[in-house]
Amino acid sequence: MTAEAPPPPGPWRQALRGLLRNRAAMVAFAVLALITLSCALAPLYARDIARTDPFTSNVAGSILLGRHEVDIMQPNDNPLHLGLSPIGPTGHAAYLLGADSQGRDVAARLLYGGRNSLLIAACAAVLCLLLAAAAGIAAGFFGGLVDVILSRLMDIMWAVPVYLFAISLSIVTVSQGLKLGPFVVEADSLLIPIVIIALVYVPYAARPIRGRVLALRQAEFVTAARCLGVPRWRIVLFDILPNVTTTLVVLGPLLMALSLLAESALSFLSIGVQAPAASWGTIIQDGEGLIYTRPMVAIAPGLAIVLVVLALNILGDGLRDALDVRDSARRSS
Amino acid sequence: MTRRSDTAITPDASASASASASASARPLLDVRDVRKTYHLPRGQTLKAVDGISLSVMPGEVLGLVGESGCGKSTLGRCLLRLTDVSSGEILFEGQDITALKERALRPLRQQMQMVFQDSYASLNPRRRIGDLLAEPLRVHPDPDGRKRSRATITARLHELMDLVSLPVSALERYAHEFSGGQRQRINIARALALSPRLVVADEPVSALDVSVQAQIVNLFADLQARLGLTYVFIAHDLAVVRQISTSVAVMYLGAVVELGETDAVLHSPAHPYSAALTAAVPRPVVGAARAAPLGGDIPSPVARPAGCRFHTRCPFVQDRCRVEEPALHVIEPGHSVACHFPLAEG
Repeated sequence: MTAEAPPPPGPWRQALRGLLRNRAAMVAFAVLALITLSCALAPLYARDIARTDPFTSNVAGSILLGRHEVDIMQPNDNPLHLGLSPIGPTGHAAYLLGADSQGRDVAARLLYGGRNSLLIAACAAVLCLLLAAAAGIAAGFFGGLVDVILSRLMDIMWAVPVYLFAISLSIVTVSQGLKLGPFVVEADSLLIPIVIIALVYVPYAARPIRGRVLALRQAEFVTAARCLGVPRWRIVLFDILPNVTTTLVVLGPLLMALSLLAESALSFLSIGVQAPAASWGTIIQDGEGLIYTRPMVAIAPGLAIVLVVLALNILGDGLRDALDVRDSARRSS
Repeated sequence: MTRRSDTAITPDASASASASASASARPLLDVRDVRKTYHLPRGQTLKAVDGISLSVMPGEVLGLVGESGCGKSTLGRCLLRLTDVSSGEILFEGQDITALKERALRPLRQQMQMVFQDSYASLNPRRRIGDLLAEPLRVHPDPDGRKRSRATITARLHELMDLVSLPVSALERYAHEFSGGQRQRINIARALALSPRLVVADEPVSALDVSVQAQIVNLFADLQARLGLTYVFIAHDLAVVRQISTSVAVMYLGAVVELGETDAVLHSPAHPYSAALTAAVPRPVVGAARAAPLGGDIPSPVARPAGCRFHTRCPFVQDRCRVEEPALHVIEPGHSVACHFPLAEG
């Protein structure tokens, strides 16, 4: 008998408690928060700490390291001192991670790039979830012809390799922008990678949502609601959707991780974020040519991507464990 | 179609009918030759409900019994149009609801409700009990056709909690915080929220502990007396049915094989299947003889035996049973059976 005790917290609060108790998920969350915060403060870093403009070429310039004025482009240390290489990690606030081939501060670019990468990944994940939820719920709940059309459409999209699909869409839009009636999207707009990434991952997210709705539609509480004469839109909104939100919340971080990878890949291929703006993908591309002499240029953004993707996956796992309310209720009863 | 008058447990057909219903009363629920056929792959058909006709008078409690898989739950769902019937007619207060569209059916939903077997699955785990119980009150206007105010709904929720003997604090909780018996009380409260006339209870106690079963059956009986409800009470447990029903329909493989008042069917069953079922009820008597249980399994409804549907398991089977299907016919007023050789009294 639980009848006389004070009402225990609702399922959402209970899930939050479970998540707070999950140490791995909390560490992942802290890592994400830290990275996001540093990236958000990128302009402050560039202005007040590194004191550089990471968006202009600076091949002829020099910087003050301690008391010495040092050229950003240094002669190579081969016996003949032929050619120039950008300065490596300096150990000072200025050019902490060294310079790229255009003499720009890699550390500052890393933070600026993180802003774009994280922003695109987050927006793409949210947009993808919205589209997938609409498609998945419509297909799962209404079934029949709606389901056939939506599911086959997604199968076709699924059949094309995600990256090839994204690349082909990007190549078309990046070269000339997008004109849809009154809406004009510039070729260098961040909206282009956001929409493309969201779109290509819709089948990935819609499929589990449809499956969940398909099961929910048969659930006895939905039959009970029908029996009570509840209109269908109310059933979708108040009976189906609250039971799908757990799926959406769990998919969120995983989709963001996938979006981040896709964004980096597109930017690496110069069809994502456009120069002079940076993203972790573009910085890796900058570092590609310097991989033997100045590996840090490519390693730093690579490491950032790995960290964020790993943290997002751990957080997603933690969310999934925490949100399985009914399982924990069954286990304890 | 001629079967219909035979099978009706109306007072007209029965001299010993309960005095509560007047002779001119119209059945609340009238089921005429209802069939539900599922089409399976490879051209097979499954006749879950195979031509059932019966009627339920206001204030009556019809017990629907039979083994699992005999189609009693499907029939229950058909009665409330939660499943579409393949053929036949269902009349609610004389109105044919068989072909009504969802929207047209909605006002009628207030009059007929269902209590499900799985008390947990039938409550949305993500909504508070108060929210769940308020849902029918929100979507249906009050009898004056107005939207119910929040205060009216709260008052009604408190009334309902009182009706099913749960504390008002239960409204703030979620389904998983309750025991099976409490959850079934919540389900009953929700079914009664709109003051329906007919409640179809689909094995409402079979998933509960035996000690709790009695409480819930008593609650059903109590509510029926207080609110003048009409029940179609589906069960596979004759002891439960005996306690609550005024009449009983025994189902086997999608058809009613015996129909009559509870006492008649349970004390002097005329169909060998009903006899086997009643004999299987444990008796609280030391040394009580137990009849030999029925051998074999219920045949697949996909390949229903020819002739009498029960002949493969009938201890009294004869040649005629294997070829000719017996129709449901009256053997005494208010008691009909589908058997060529109904058992004698006793």
